[in-house]
Amino acid sequence: MEPLLELKDLCISYKIYEGRMKVIDKVTLTVLPGEKIGIVGESGCGKTTTMKSILRILPPNGRVDSGQAFFKGKDLLKISDTDMQRIRGNGISMIFQDPTAALDPVFTVGDQLIAVIRYGSKVPINRREARTRAIAALKEAQMPDPERIMSNYPVQLSGGMRQRVCIAMALATEPELLIADEPTTSLDVTIQDQVLRLLHSLVERRKTSVIFITHNLGVVRVIADKVNVMYAGTIVESGHTQEIFTNPLHPYTVDLLAAMPRLSGGGLEERVPGRIPDYLNPPLGCRFQPRCTKAQLRCSLEKPKLVEAKPGHFVACFLEAGNE
Amino acid sequence: MNIFKFIGNRLFQGIVVLIGLSLVIFIIARVVPGDPARLALGSTATAEQVAEFRSKMGLDKPVYIQYWLWLQHAVHGDLGISLVTRRPVAEDILQFFPATFELCLMSLIFEGIFGILLGTIAGRFANSWADNAVRLFSYIGVVTPPFVFGILFMLFFGYLLHWLPSIGQLSPNIVGPPRITGLIVLDSLLTGNFLAAKDAFLHLLLPSLSLAMGGIAQDARITRASIVDNSGKDFINALKSCGVPNMFIMFKYLLKPSLIPTVSMMGLSFAYTFSNAFLIETIYGWPGMSRYGMNAILNKDLNAIIGVVMVLGIIFVTVNLLVDIIIAYLDPRIRLRTQ
Amino acid sequence: MLNQKIKMYSNSSRFPFENLKRSWYKFSRNPLSILGLGLLFIIILSALFAPWIAPYPQHAGKFIDLKERFQPPSTSHLCGTDSMGRDILTRILFGYRISLLLGVVVLSISVPIGVTIGMVAGYCKGTVIETICMRITDIFLSVPPLILAMAVASVLRPNLQNSMLAISLTWWPWYSRLIYGVVSGTRNEFFVQSAEIIGASKVHIMVRELFPQTISTLFTKVTLDMGYAILTGASLSFVGLGAQPPTPDLGTMVSEGSKFLPEQWWMSVFPALAIVLVILAFNLVGDGLRDLFSLERV
Repeated sequence: MEPLLELKDLCISYKIYEGRMKVIDKVTLTVLPGEKIGIVGESGCGKTTTMKSILRILPPNGRVDSGQAFFKGKDLLKISDTDMQRIRGNGISMIFQDPTAALDPVFTVGDQLIAVIRYGSKVPINRREARTRAIAALKEAQMPDPERIMSNYPVQLSGGMRQRVCIAMALATEPELLIADEPTTSLDVTIQDQVLRLLHSLVERRKTSVIFITHNLGVVRVIADKVNVMYAGTIVESGHTQEIFTNPLHPYTVDLLAAMPRLSGGGLEERVPGRIPDYLNPPLGCRFQPRCTKAQLRCSLEKPKLVEAKPGHFVACFLEAGNE
Repeated sequence: MNIFKFIGNRLFQGIVVLIGLSLVIFIIARVVPGDPARLALGSTATAEQVAEFRSKMGLDKPVYIQYWLWLQHAVHGDLGISLVTRRPVAEDILQFFPATFELCLMSLIFEGIFGILLGTIAGRFANSWADNAVRLFSYIGVVTPPFVFGILFMLFFGYLLHWLPSIGQLSPNIVGPPRITGLIVLDSLLTGNFLAAKDAFLHLLLPSLSLAMGGIAQDARITRASIVDNSGKDFINALKSCGVPNMFIMFKYLLKPSLIPTVSMMGLSFAYTFSNAFLIETIYGWPGMSRYGMNAILNKDLNAIIGVVMVLGIIFVTVNLLVDIIIAYLDPRIRLRTQ
Repeated sequence: MLNQKIKMYSNSSRFPFENLKRSWYKFSRNPLSILGLGLLFIIILSALFAPWIAPYPQHAGKFIDLKERFQPPSTSHLCGTDSMGRDILTRILFGYRISLLLGVVVLSISVPIGVTIGMVAGYCKGTVIETICMRITDIFLSVPPLILAMAVASVLRPNLQNSMLAISLTWWPWYSRLIYGVVSGTRNEFFVQSAEIIGASKVHIMVRELFPQTISTLFTKVTLDMGYAILTGASLSFVGLGAQPPTPDLGTMVSEGSKFLPEQWWMSVFPALAIVLVILAFNLVGDGLRDLFSLERV
């Protein structure tokens, strides 16, 4: 099957006062049509940065140094701005972590929804038609009284409702790929489940591919077919969800799973010791090496590549996959 | 429903403040050493004349009675008689105020146009040479007082380059328009006298530009900061990533929230231009309230001083109220917070 | 015993001057701040030593030399002479003395008053005291400071002391409002509540807990305000309400000079530039402080 999205050796850096932070180091990722993949990793490991680079909405001091991002065969990093803008919306769209910040506070919800539908869909749509579709999208997102919500401002809605609006916005243009960046993290715990279910049902029906970013392993287990584990700007392990959870290979993944609080578990929660590396002067070798309990000399000198250790199960570690 | 309560509340606050202001000024003015009656009549007047004048003006009554009388009259628009011009202060102010208002209004227009324009450019192209140029300009504008700009502009554009006239509102050979609003450019346009309108406008340019410089600099700064701040916010990214075109985002979804702090600043700035106008009017020989006010000050014309201060106070309070209303209109978070 | 306990839990570690050396290093990394500081030094030193370094110190007072009047800038008179034949550069240097004195006096009076009122109002939030304090502040804020200062100064005899008094009267409300904002924001933080629970007196809380929070904002504003206070003083003397002739005052000099525009341009331009210079110096330093305390970036 032809992959929908294919990231190859993506390298991204940020320019700050003290120099250049090499945040993303050779990220490789594939998404097939209809697939739902998860990206897990701790805060600051570069999940959002990678996604933003695909949509070309990096902040001004961010830059893709090398690599490619193929969407349906076209390298998104090389096409013109106009072409990119056409792909945004009906090709790829994104849901952001904080719904309060993701909606323009001085415009009504309806205004923003209509704008998105009018310009983001495959063909330009007139205002009246867009309004009808907007209301339908809100209804689909299980919003009570969609007509009234259209003329509401974001400040008048609760956090959960705002996120539903964002979801409706992102899906109203019928994208082929949806990027969901921690969509439930900033929501109330009681609402999280509802919103997740909504998201799940909506993408199931439309057969949209999804990249689901989270640091919550429990969520990933339920939603994603495949999982990519990210650490300090690199994918360190990737494979089918079930396989990763039962058979984690990379030391980081192992520690991550061990640190997950369990209902059945006894004893104290273990933390993954250490901190993320200094991006200004990243280590020569494996970026996880300073925190790895099983590190060897080779790990600090050479960077391991993502290699297929078992069928469908990739890992970037010298211990698990030779990397000759 | 909410908006009327809001306005009513602020209006009430404004009135309280104005009454308080009038009290303060009145007390300070009346508690002064020196005899205003003597000052008005000069040293040649006899003691009886001074006494008669004093009782006629009500200056012999206790302070609080004087204030009460003044307040009663003031509410009806009677601000007393000017000791200098011997006319009602209200009449004097009505004569001189429009010229000052015209100046400040033009200054506000300049501020709005250039301040927002420069700030938007600087914000959009942050850290480019254009941005640095605007920031340098803003800095100079903020540290240089308006009267310095007044002097420099007059010297440079008026005398060195002879581009623009520098004194007064109209050239001596032009016939002015009849007085409708008192704003000469407007009156000229309204009566079809385009020659006078053009001449008046040219005369208006230098002084109002001098007044506006500080405000332009401030507004540019704030707009720039606001745009840079909002550009990185997620709602811009969200709209972009759902396919809304860049231009549309910039001119609608980025601009509106970014202008809110600017509008706030502009309101404050507008109120301040009235006080800065004092010095500009002197430099440019502009026949506005400043000349009247300064004469009042030098001659201790108390009624006139109080009148001028109160007028400025009313302007300040009104402008603040208007700005609050405009901001509440622009930013739904403020007017809907109570829900 | 109680006092010791209070001292122990006191939040005095937020004092930003704890590490002066580090603060200086951070401050000095910005070339503009150093420029401002340098300018400030030059201005203050010239003002202090004016009687010794000014080329014609006798011109600072009563002096007439009609032969030398209206001289354009030359090697003997770097800034030219005025209508009385007095050297303008000398009068500018002496004028700086007056301006700086005015700035210091005005701020010394208005800042303590404003800070106290704002602090009390912010701490006693929700009480009658707060309402009274802030209403009075609002009244004084309802008119631009220049106008109010002019009005007040106009009813007093026109001299330097009265202009300083008038400006101080109009300046304090800005501090009141500023401090009120800071204090009412931090008033409900934990360290204040814990001090209250221990039983610290209101005065102690205000002085030892809340005040240090305001120091960085205060310091920055005071520095920036020096320039603007001097400007207001100059504006007042421009309309004749400040130091009277023959005392050299920058504002009076600009006012006098403006009568002789454009031919004798140097009479108003140089004093005007002198005013700009002092505002610039204080602004540069103030901005440097603002960056240092990371209050906001523009």
